[in-house]
Amino acid sequence: MKKRVVITGLGIAAPNGVGIPAFLNAIRNGVSGVQWFEELEQLNFSCQLGAVPIISEEKKRTYFSDLELKNFNSSGILYGTIAGLDALEDAGLQKAAPSGSPHWDLGVIFGTGTSGVDKFREAIYKLDAGKVRRLGSTTVAQTMASGISAYLGGKIGAGNKVTTNSSACATGTEAILIGYEHIAAGRAVQMLCGSCSDDGPYLWGGFDAMKVTTFKNNDRPTEASRPMSATASGFVPGSGAGALLLESLESAQARGATIYAEVRGGCVNSGGQRHGGSMTAPNSEAVQRCIAQAISNAGIDSGQIDYVNGHLTATVKDPVEIANWCTAIGRSGSDFPYINSLKSLIGHGLAASGSMETVAAVLQLHHGFVAPNINCEDLHPEIAAMVASEKIPQHMIEVPLKTIAKASFGFGDVNACSIFSKI
Amino acid sequence: MTRDAIYDRLKEIITIYLPEDVNPENISANSHLINELNINSSHLVDVVLDVEDAFDIEIKDAELEAMDTVSSALDIIQKKINNA
Repeated sequence: MKKRVVITGLGIAAPNGVGIPAFLNAIRNGVSGVQWFEELEQLNFSCQLGAVPIISEEKKRTYFSDLELKNFNSSGILYGTIAGLDALEDAGLQKAAPSGSPHWDLGVIFGTGTSGVDKFREAIYKLDAGKVRRLGSTTVAQTMASGISAYLGGKIGAGNKVTTNSSACATGTEAILIGYEHIAAGRAVQMLCGSCSDDGPYLWGGFDAMKVTTFKNNDRPTEASRPMSATASGFVPGSGAGALLLESLESAQARGATIYAEVRGGCVNSGGQRHGGSMTAPNSEAVQRCIAQAISNAGIDSGQIDYVNGHLTATVKDPVEIANWCTAIGRSGSDFPYINSLKSLIGHGLAASGSMETVAAVLQLHHGFVAPNINCEDLHPEIAAMVASEKIPQHMIEVPLKTIAKASFGFGDVNACSIFSKI
Repeated sequence: MTRDAIYDRLKEIITIYLPEDVNPENISANSHLINELNINSSHLVDVVLDVEDAFDIEIKDAELEAMDTVSSALDIIQKKINNA
């Protein structure tokens, strides 16, 4: 018998709000976190825009010791640690005492795409100058992929499974499902799940070179990220971290914890880079199967879905994603659920996108609203032909939600879809 | 540079690496860096880099092994400065 799993804590470091109260306010009011960066212009980037959480030095010192901040240069670990520790605190859980035993029943699944690119760059300059010993002790922990789960695991004193997953832009959604399965199987009581992404030119450069980012909107940052718009011309690269504390229902009830939502289930699959799928594009059949299997695994009917949090990056592929949703859930027009893309507000958080967007989705479920899709006043005609425009709200609407779906798709033709409901 | 002046500067460097539960006032010339001051052994390489920067010297791997107490570190630093 599978354990039921619920969400009892949330944390976020997003470009439009750090901490749940600030982020909730930002998504309700359609506040954009996209900015223009002079550094990107100087480096000849086509897209000179980005979306980055703003963290003060004072804020850093509440999460890290002075020693930890000495030679610290890993933005993803910074965001992930803030989001992760906030989620733990939001759940009403304490770190294990420094001299005590670890929390044997609490684990961490915290994904990332790549860790510490700026730290790695520093190291490469020193190495090439023949000064390998000048790397000191801080390079490995900040550049290993599992750096973020190692930082969180140590700060919390997690004694269950502590690891990092990586599946490109599906990473965050996948992390939550891995944690869910672990608790459902009875192998842990609590799992801190989420993902983070570094930011800056050394991470974003490869995307710029591929021309998948927008180069048409450098003079109007807040209007640049245009999911579902007829003038969508590529994504705005972002960063940050989202975190969710997953817990068995019985433990949450025994503690009297706030329950934001139940994780009903989900699916992770791949299109095998066949039938239109490739390193960079999804196989639509796989996307449809992923969504349909997630619904089946969750034990719900597709007609119950009230809201969809899409992947919808603001490339020319957005209409294809909408068509896949319509096919997978067998709904269209005014029968289609409400749908939005957080990327209009925070750009594409890459490895962090799935977790930041799931935090947003769970907040909308919990508080009963749909956040505004900004920048799609010129809704793409192919999308308008599939989904009634009132289901793609451009202003925040208050509406009770019961069951929601979230999907993320990543390079490598990998997909993840999760289903949440109110309890 | 006097031994006292080197000691004061070294103490400042070491203080950064002390665990939260070790008081900087506990640092004395005889303190063992790892066993008594509880400095994480992986941080010793960082202490050495900071020492190199502070005194404009270079410490060899073999010398690093001998730097186990505050006073042995002082000896090595003083010798390096005098030879410079």
